[in-house]
Amino acid sequence: MATSSGHTIKAFDEDLDRLRALISEMGGLAEHAIRESMRCLVNHDLDGAAKIVEEDKKLDALEIETEKRAVQLIALRAPMATDLRDVVAALKISSVVERIGDYAKNIAKRVPLLADRDIEPLSLMPEMAKIATQMVHDVLNAFVERDAETALKVIERDKAVDDFYNSIFRTLLTYMMENPNNIGQSAHLLFIAKNVERVGDHATNIAEMVYYAATGQHIMDRPKGDDDMMVETV
Amino acid sequence: MIDTIVPSPTETAEPAVVDGPPKMSARSVGVFYGEKQALKDVSVDIHDDKVTAFIGPSGCGKSTFLRCLNRMNDTIAGARVTGDIDLDGEDIYASKMDVVQLRARVGMVFQKPNPFPKSIYENVAYGPRIHGLAASKGELDGVVESSLRRAGLWEEVSDRLQESGTALSGGQQQRLCIARAIAVDPEVILMDEPCSALDPIATAKIEELIHELRGRYAIAIVTHNMQQAARVSQRTAFFHLGEMVEYGRTKDIFTNPVQQRTQDYITGRYG
Repeated sequence: MATSSGHTIKAFDEDLDRLRALISEMGGLAEHAIRESMRCLVNHDLDGAAKIVEEDKKLDALEIETEKRAVQLIALRAPMATDLRDVVAALKISSVVERIGDYAKNIAKRVPLLADRDIEPLSLMPEMAKIATQMVHDVLNAFVERDAETALKVIERDKAVDDFYNSIFRTLLTYMMENPNNIGQSAHLLFIAKNVERVGDHATNIAEMVYYAATGQHIMDRPKGDDDMMVETV
Repeated sequence: MIDTIVPSPTETAEPAVVDGPPKMSARSVGVFYGEKQALKDVSVDIHDDKVTAFIGPSGCGKSTFLRCLNRMNDTIAGARVTGDIDLDGEDIYASKMDVVQLRARVGMVFQKPNPFPKSIYENVAYGPRIHGLAASKGELDGVVESSLRRAGLWEEVSDRLQESGTALSGGQQQRLCIARAIAVDPEVILMDEPCSALDPIATAKIEELIHELRGRYAIAIVTHNMQQAARVSQRTAFFHLGEMVEYGRTKDIFTNPVQQRTQDYITGRYG
């Protein structure tokens, strides 16, 4: 349900706006980190990769800041209904976004281990990451705008990320079978692909939180692409 | 608390609340003070095992409605009540209804504690005595003690029952008024902002008491304090401009109300 106007107590609105701004800021950093990790991966940029690892601390600090502010807001303002759902969503989203940052960091840490530029699935990776980061971007905008429709559309896009992952998985498997010398590098790439795939899943989770915050209803059934992949793995 | 949730036809629809037969049932109730209509078309049920809270801004009609439930509005000159209010299926506005008897069955606790200027004992004993609920002094002593115990006051006053009720603290006075209300063994207790004159600790004691009394009496409470409504009630009705805007499970009203007006009020956006 949309809110018709601001609170009688203006400082309440400011507190809520500040919370949303923190989430946006975290989202911006996480998107940047994933995008950078892909650039460093493709260009084998070791300095850039080290910087991503270093900058992840900022996200950790912002998560703590968000938690502090959310707890304060609950204690001092006693938010109700849509406000309460927003605050709880902000709290949960911040920890998920922090997690997305960790995936970027994990990818960055693998960059030095991937000197071989010739592994073909590498070229698919940035494309997959582009979809996943765009999902994060859109879903966090949806949170700020309280836009349940956009959140639903983000969920639909997770299928594309999963398809990419399945495709990369199969290709890497073939690589490993063809030449055992490829196994080390391929395994790292597989983890990277999995990390990006998880980013898409987390964007989907955030979308569910946004949907609940905006509407008060839970999304009961959402499309899942993971299951068929598991069958193929065995 | 057992709720029956009717499965909704679509997943996005609100699940409806279905309770058992109500203790009191109001249908299309309207109240006029002279020409002025203070309450329009209010239909609400009060249940035996639930606390029902009436919330809303000042002048919304919530206290007016509460006062309809034991015909307290009869005492106001020019007040006229329309619609139906039943207690156990019996029309309380029927001509054969004994109003004194009705008010024994539907007791009331007011905003400002108003003990009689008599002893603590007499405050509680008065009702049972005039209603002939105790045959002997011993029996009356028993009623006084059990009422004070149920009101959570016995431990604090058992050794000074002959002291004046007005000498107690505000919170104790309010619990004395609750003891007085339950001494006549009512079925419903109406509370009109029972804590608004009390400090937070006395308020917490009253809220704990409401929690303990639930199950024994049907309770309806008017409160300006939304947190209080959220804490003590299982059903909440939101009133605005003489209408009942929304009625539902308290947990739904405070997390996901259906009506925009309810939402604006409980989130602090009203006015």
